[in-house]
Amino acid sequence: MRHRPPGKTRFSAYFGNHLRVSMTSLSRLYAQPIASLMTALVIAIALALPVGLYIALDNVGQLSSDWDGSTQISLFLHTHVEERTAQKLMQRLEKHKNIKKIELIGKEKGLEQFREISGFGDALKYLNSNPLPIVLVVHPQFNNNQPDRTSHLVKELGKNKLVELAQLDVQWVKRLYTFLEIANRVILGLSTMLAIAVLLIIGNTIRLDIQNRREEIEVSKLIGASDAFIRRPFLYTGIWYGAMGGALAWIITQISLLFMANPIHKLALLYHSDFRLSGLGVENTLLLILFSCLLGLVGSWIAVSRHLKEIEPS
Amino acid sequence: MIHFDNISKRYPGGHDALSRINLRLAKGQMAFLTGHSGAGKSTLLKLIAMIERPTRGHIFLDGVNLNNISNQKIPYIRRNIGIIFQNHHLLYDRPVFDNVAMPLIIQGYRHQEIRKRVRAALNQVGLLKKEKTAPITLSGGEQQRVGIARAIVHKPLLLLADEPTGNLDPELSLEIMQLFARFNQVGTTVLIASHDLDLIKQMGSPMISLQGGQISHNGLPFTL
Repeated sequence: MRHRPPGKTRFSAYFGNHLRVSMTSLSRLYAQPIASLMTALVIAIALALPVGLYIALDNVGQLSSDWDGSTQISLFLHTHVEERTAQKLMQRLEKHKNIKKIELIGKEKGLEQFREISGFGDALKYLNSNPLPIVLVVHPQFNNNQPDRTSHLVKELGKNKLVELAQLDVQWVKRLYTFLEIANRVILGLSTMLAIAVLLIIGNTIRLDIQNRREEIEVSKLIGASDAFIRRPFLYTGIWYGAMGGALAWIITQISLLFMANPIHKLALLYHSDFRLSGLGVENTLLLILFSCLLGLVGSWIAVSRHLKEIEPS
Repeated sequence: MIHFDNISKRYPGGHDALSRINLRLAKGQMAFLTGHSGAGKSTLLKLIAMIERPTRGHIFLDGVNLNNISNQKIPYIRRNIGIIFQNHHLLYDRPVFDNVAMPLIIQGYRHQEIRKRVRAALNQVGLLKKEKTAPITLSGGEQQRVGIARAIVHKPLLLLADEPTGNLDPELSLEIMQLFARFNQVGTTVLIASHDLDLIKQMGSPMISLQGGQISHNGLPFTL
């Protein structure tokens, strides 16, 4: 006893219906711009916080990988080693598979650098001879952060009898990475909590929406609307809230970055670094918006599955 | 079309709204359901529309046993029924056209088809010119006619009306009833609950009287 429109019509009507429902949901939000914007803004702030922290962490990680990428091992040779012997050692070590490049800093050049950097230039005049050893600055082959391999190389080079001291502050690098890992987990925990908060915000907004449209839901059920049909506009509303929240979160993050960029660049210049803050990037921006849409969908789904059952025609 | 087989309905709390109802309404029949308020008219209609389920007995709608219909399948049963209420249940946040189009949108009709059918339905109730009007600005009788247009727009096999003229003056009431008779003439089965005996007599369709949840008079022609 069912009479339905023919199949093909039904199929295209299904997608037409989705499109229309999503647009109707959007225009409903637009009809109450302030209220919608405030909800979206709450979502945006909840999202922007972890995103901002993530960007900070990412930048610190990049900064430190820059340093580690140029990890240097300084080989202080014994003071009696001549320049020619040092040259030979350098040529030999350059063939080592774990070494990318070696710079030789001769006694004179070392003294010059020391004079420039230390500010003890005048004191040096009172020395009879140059007390500085020849230094080989070794750049290891590893690009990535591999503190273990690096320290292994340091040990190996330190065994050479021409070398008095092979030095690398591995401890410092290790500490930084441990710290970054902890920060990572803190941000992950915080993000999880804030994601749940977003779910609750959207869920609650949708719950109010369902209550406001009680009559419409009742009538729809009476004239034969399926649960999926009734659910749909609310799910789209959730997705739209998510999308707007995500987009606003992105805007908030970009503004914060612009706000921070100048002083950070200045600070970096003071350290003779060309470091600049990097933002979210296209991929992560899309990911952010996709994720917030998903949160919107899940949040509204929870609200809808809980509250639609309560409304039955009587 | 409708077959009640020994139907009883007891509401939570122990009130027996209907007891041991046996009823057969043939396809294409038009009939009135009368009785005092509380006699069980609304409950009987609600059982057909699956708003309530019977405590005992079986209801067959066009041969389908409604007891075998799961809650998820209820919408598909309701799509074959047009329901008209006393307070017409129109949505005031959208124009007349959108109200009438609802059953068609729900069933996934195409845009052009919806336009055609809504116009036809509005034409039948004499409100074609009001399609863009907000329902709140219409008179009580006009609102009821919009409700009727919404109930018949998808050409249901069965039309149920619960006190459709409850709020209308006699003249408008007769007009509404004549509208139902016209739908009946083109083959729709019509069951109208009303306590307006004078009006029912004017219409000349068979009458089923309920009293305290039981049938006290069944004017329907005997069918198998």
